[in-house]
Amino acid sequence: MALFQSKRRNILPGFGLSMGYTVFYLSAIVLVPLSMIFFNTIPMGWEPFVNAVTAPRVLASYRLSFSTAFFAALFDAFAGLLTAWVLVRYRFPGKGLLDALVDLPFALPTAVAGICFATLYSPIGWFGQILARLNLQIINTPTGIVIALIFIGFPFVVRTIQPVLEEMELEIEEAAHCLGATRWQTFRKILLPHLFPALLTGVTLAFARGIGEYGSVIFIAGNLPMKTEIAPLMIMSKLDQFDYAGASAVALVLLCISFSMLLLLNAVQEWQQKEYRS
Amino acid sequence: MPQPETSKSNSPVVKKRVSDPRAVQVLLIGLTYLFFIGFIFLPLGLVFSQAFLKGWSFYLASITEPYAIESVKLTLLTVAIVVPVNAVFGVAAAWTITKFNFKGKTALKSLLDLPFAVSPVIAGLIFVLLVGSRTPFGSWLGELGIKIIFSTPGIVIATIFVTFPFIARELIPLMEAQGRDEEEAALTLGARGWQIFGKITLPNIRWGLLYGMILCGARSIGEFGAVSVVSGHIRGQTNTIPLHVEILYSEYNFTASFAVASLLVFLALLTVVLKSGMEKHFQKNSFHH
Repeated sequence: MALFQSKRRNILPGFGLSMGYTVFYLSAIVLVPLSMIFFNTIPMGWEPFVNAVTAPRVLASYRLSFSTAFFAALFDAFAGLLTAWVLVRYRFPGKGLLDALVDLPFALPTAVAGICFATLYSPIGWFGQILARLNLQIINTPTGIVIALIFIGFPFVVRTIQPVLEEMELEIEEAAHCLGATRWQTFRKILLPHLFPALLTGVTLAFARGIGEYGSVIFIAGNLPMKTEIAPLMIMSKLDQFDYAGASAVALVLLCISFSMLLLLNAVQEWQQKEYRS
Repeated sequence: MPQPETSKSNSPVVKKRVSDPRAVQVLLIGLTYLFFIGFIFLPLGLVFSQAFLKGWSFYLASITEPYAIESVKLTLLTVAIVVPVNAVFGVAAAWTITKFNFKGKTALKSLLDLPFAVSPVIAGLIFVLLVGSRTPFGSWLGELGIKIIFSTPGIVIATIFVTFPFIARELIPLMEAQGRDEEEAALTLGARGWQIFGKITLPNIRWGLLYGMILCGARSIGEFGAVSVVSGHIRGQTNTIPLHVEILYSEYNFTASFAVASLLVFLALLTVVLKSGMEKHFQKNSFHH
């Protein structure tokens, strides 16, 4: 039986039209354009491809993108878990405001976030002034990139943990309490294992987003070659030199990594559902 | 002051809940506020303090100068094309996936999410590779007098790509939960396909559709990386609002840059308010991507 063909008799009309339109639009907007990355990389041949993606400057940019996205996602795991916990379990003034503002990093254009953080941490900025007195510099360093990525990834973690935490039954915690467990034990042995799949999903999403992020990072990063040049910026600078093959090669590696992360995430979610059922 | 969450049930016997000690609550709430002050409140405050640094008249001049107006027009035009186009697609894709059984449904669903895994810069790159002036297809279009890259169509297409999954992702879980019973009942009563869609499906999904369109619109306004690749940064012609902000900033024209950025902040805050309002109204708390 061919792919995308009706499995058993569908009663409702319009299958051909809606399926045809969906597949056409998907191909025209996503699949055909994405395939251009392959068509521009294949004619390069293996050796030039390897040379392009293992050039020291390119390797440094991959390392930087991955390490900064990783540390930002790690920080978001704590900040996101804390925020989700406080928003679901406690009542306090300003709760509604905080809950709504969790989504701000989704809604705020990345370039605006970028210029905000670059200005805040510049040597004459609100935070930069204080840090300068302590001889700390954030702007034009990997730490600055991590700060921008923490902002970008934060809502992913909160919004994946929140619904799981809301649906958790308090009876389990009460039972643990009756059996003599302390709050901390209950949290570590009962709550955290239950929240872990959602936490992992949120952190993976934040990490994947962080690897590809561009707008919020370039302003605070300073973009110094070998030091604070992220992988998407490498693609950008190769494009500016009309090195289309080189840009595609760098993009191909980045895409393969992002896709494998999404596949991993799907596997995690399936495991999560199986855990939930059992 | 923090209070323990009280039971929502109407029963007169209020159960004493297991909760954290007051001191722990205060500490955790304090830490959360600290995070929000550093990462949300102060950056927002900074935008306005910088935007009004040189007074109201400078602010107004910055947002009403011709290049700023042109960038607003281009952004609005982009949103006006992208949101309806992706809305039609989102409804079609959600209808296909939720109303029929077919082989490869899971694969189709994963393909819909593909743009989420693609860096915005790569989203711009693929359209330069497809229809840029140095490609065969692009030069053929050029001979016909059609320019896509470094022009408005390129900005629109790149934005469509980036916001592609937003509406379908909101509609699929909603329509899956609603099932097919109502549509099938209408069919047995003799309704035609478009009648079923217009009189039953569309009214059922209208709020979810609106919700998805708001998210899609917000992202369309703010998209930077992809648009930056395909736009060419021609002032007054291919500059969207975020690109205009970037140019002003890189020219050390900080006050004007933040003044224009404050428009985007207003729109972002409006999005957040609409979103949380709709969620509260429809008890829809999950929002994953």
